Amino acid sequence: MEKWDDNKAWFLVLPVFLVVAFSAIIPLMTVVNYSVQDIMAPGQGIFVGPEWYREVLHDPRLHEAFLRQLIYSFTVLAIEIPLGIAVALTLPSKGWKVSACLVLLALPLLIPWNVVGTIWVVFSRPDIGLAGVTINELLGIPYNYTADPMDSWLTVVIMDIWHWTPLVVLLCYAGLQAIPEAYYQAAKIDGASRWAVFRFIQLPKMRGVLMIAVLLRFMDSFMIYTEPFVLTGGGPGNSTTFLSQFLTKMAIGQFDLGPAAAFSLIYFLVILLLSYIFYTVITNLGKGVAK
Amino acid sequence: MKVNGRQIVLLLYLGFLLLPIYWLVNMSFQTTEEILGTFSLVPEKFTLANYRMIFTDSSWYMGYINSIKYVLLNTVISLSVALPAAYAFSRFRFLGDKHMFFWLLTNRMSPPAVFLLPFFNFYQTVGLFDTHIAVALAHCLFNVPLAVWILEGFMSGIPREIDETAFIDGYSFPRFFFTIFIPLVKAGIGVTAFFCFMFSWVELLLARTLTTVNAKPIAATMTRTISAAGMDWGGLAAAGVLTMIPGAIVIWFVRNYMAKGFALGRV
Repeated sequence: MEKWDDNKAWFLVLPVFLVVAFSAIIPLMTVVNYSVQDIMAPGQGIFVGPEWYREVLHDPRLHEAFLRQLIYSFTVLAIEIPLGIAVALTLPSKGWKVSACLVLLALPLLIPWNVVGTIWVVFSRPDIGLAGVTINELLGIPYNYTADPMDSWLTVVIMDIWHWTPLVVLLCYAGLQAIPEAYYQAAKIDGASRWAVFRFIQLPKMRGVLMIAVLLRFMDSFMIYTEPFVLTGGGPGNSTTFLSQFLTKMAIGQFDLGPAAAFSLIYFLVILLLSYIFYTVITNLGKGVAK
Repeated sequence: MKVNGRQIVLLLYLGFLLLPIYWLVNMSFQTTEEILGTFSLVPEKFTLANYRMIFTDSSWYMGYINSIKYVLLNTVISLSVALPAAYAFSRFRFLGDKHMFFWLLTNRMSPPAVFLLPFFNFYQTVGLFDTHIAVALAHCLFNVPLAVWILEGFMSGIPREIDETAFIDGYSFPRFFFTIFIPLVKAGIGVTAFFCFMFSWVELLLARTLTTVNAKPIAATMTRTISAAGMDWGGLAAAGVLTMIPGAIVIWFVRNYMAKGFALGRV
């Protein structure tokens, strides 16, 4: 659609700008301010320039947390996106069953994040939780998410899959619903296989919603805090201490405001950069596919 | 009804989805002693005591009222600023439009943990600390960009000829916008409202940081119980079950449109 050229449109955007800027700009500037100062007491800071940045970038604990975060986010994306597509393909296309499925699917999305953590605490407890007891007693596999780092990590991943795959399903379902019936009829006449229909009709048509799904899931999983905080508290050891937890410990636990602020800005830029890469890659992938 | 592979996959998935929720509901009807003492698939001594406790203790039920207040405020603010902006993005090319759109999205990428302390200071300075409006405004940071994004998709799906015809017929912009355009994007508004409601309802960190007593959300009330000596699992489970209900009601209203918004328009 050709758009009108009109700078007066700015008046329509102004309210959004003001509301977001109110909460975004001053706090962000405060963070920038902290990141270049050594703060002894409120109101007493000494300008230290890039020192905190240098310190934070050379912190091996931060490198570990960063690596852990990357592995976590990519694991979660690698499972949730294909699973979401698969489940979306199995959803019925009309009738009351769709409504029922959609409402059920949305349930995990509507639970406050610390409640999600609480649910999984009791669900996976080896003594009283359904999953914990089943895995230990019925399957005979020793499982204890509070003691074993691997179990703990897996529990956080499965919790995230449980929590967020529905979002991917909803988005993919939206994409699938938008495909005109004529496409499927044409494929039938050509005798296309189920796989060909998926590969050349459904997948390309889902590109737009998949982009949103990948970006939203990436951003949110990269910033995950509340759920692992409630479930494992970052432990055992540091096995589930992701970047946000590391940062919060630094800023509130140890009150290292300067380094925490410097780290915050680096964190933000990393998310920005990776989101941009995802955006570019997915846009270009689409160009190779016949439309 | 024939059962095929696809239905089996779907049923398995729904089972995985519902089991943890079932476990929470199951616990909410048990006493804390039964929860900790025995492993039972259904409540042996069915009790409503946990729910009664929540509905009679004001420090519990006020949590729900506070949460609902700021969530509704946030939804109203997000929608009313996002509607004109989304219209501008879907209809006009203007100086810096792409940058503005991207800047909005970057606010969704800033980890709330980054902002906790500055937010606390800032809202205290402007005198909004521990008010519902403070949480509502803070949540705008991630809801407004999303609202603009979804609404823009819906609006781009509406042909521009409708605008042109209305203006030729002598409609002023506000009259056209409110009497013709908004009714056309009703579905989009419903979907957007759902997403704003959802993300504001589930957020804990900012809401907890910006409130102490008067506007304390339910999710924060629940963390208090977690840290108390001798955890009240039954009460916690009942509170958890109740947090799902408002969202489930909202979703029932928008279920038919919920998924459509994202499929329209450009990304």
